[in-house]
Amino acid sequence: MPCTGKVDVIHMLRAFEAGVDGVYLVGCEEGNCHFLVGNLRARKRVERVKKILSSIGLESERLQMYNLSAGEGTRFVEIAKEMTEKIKNLGPSAIKLKKEKLENPA
Amino acid sequence: MIIGEGKPIQEILAMIADKKKILVVGCKGCVTVCSAGGQKEVEILSSTIRLAREKEDNPIEIREETLERQCDPEYLEQMRSYIDDYEAVVSLACGAGVQFTAEKYRRIPVYPGINTNFIGVTVEQGVWSERCQACGSCILHKTGGICPIARCSKSLLNGPCGGSSKGKCEIDPDVECGWQLIYDRLRELESLELFEEVVPIKDWSTGRDGGPRRIIREDLKS
Repeated sequence: MPCTGKVDVIHMLRAFEAGVDGVYLVGCEEGNCHFLVGNLRARKRVERVKKILSSIGLESERLQMYNLSAGEGTRFVEIAKEMTEKIKNLGPSAIKLKKEKLENPA
Repeated sequence: MIIGEGKPIQEILAMIADKKKILVVGCKGCVTVCSAGGQKEVEILSSTIRLAREKEDNPIEIREETLERQCDPEYLEQMRSYIDDYEAVVSLACGAGVQFTAEKYRRIPVYPGINTNFIGVTVEQGVWSERCQACGSCILHKTGGICPIARCSKSLLNGPCGGSSKGKCEIDPDVECGWQLIYDRLRELESLELFEEVVPIKDWSTGRDGGPRRIIREDLKS
């Protein structure tokens, strides 16, 4: 995506529908958006999807938004590790488990 | 336009609990503009329903459609070829659209996916506010273009009442006093003589008190 502002609610929901265990959006630092408010819009959409996930009993922690600049490679690695750890602790998503059960009924 | 907002998902899930194949239908009219029932909301609701049902090990098949309008028969007719393949319709149109869909397709249940709230305007992105109660007898020419029926909490025709304080209504400090707005606007227009004019008792038979309303235009009728 050219900007997190282009990420819509449905893109995140479709990822969960596909059975992913977690999704995180990485946008530019707040106040540094080339399109002014793209990352702020993304954050609001992330909050909406978190509410949707909670409303149907899925863990909202599976979705996260982070902000950092393109020059912060080390921080990016930290975030990736943090998110991976969080998802590992949560375990596979209920949707993924149901999909696997459907594909391998034995 | 008509303003609505999405129903809580659990309410919708309860409506379709025993269904396996449904149609979620949006409307490209008012509810698209107020982000309650357009194509985007159809996609989001459908995805949410699929996720919820998948989680419960009770998958559901959903067809997503968004009609030009659900309050006109020619657009509703577009569903004729496929609607019988489904067990229920969740309509994201306003209450008028939901009812008209149910009226045209009598063999299938039609459920509301949104709550219809009021006739209003977009104050800013994400903020909508009531402006009209469709009373059927407009007096905006006497009130500076501000409707006392919709904007005064008591719908007073000769206001303000004693509950007006510093421009706010007694029901809530965030609600502006409709009659203060009318007074200020008439003063701006240098038409305060209209404020002194006593508005007679309103004939409410043109509003809901006269029962369900309809308009017949003989010049347009086929």
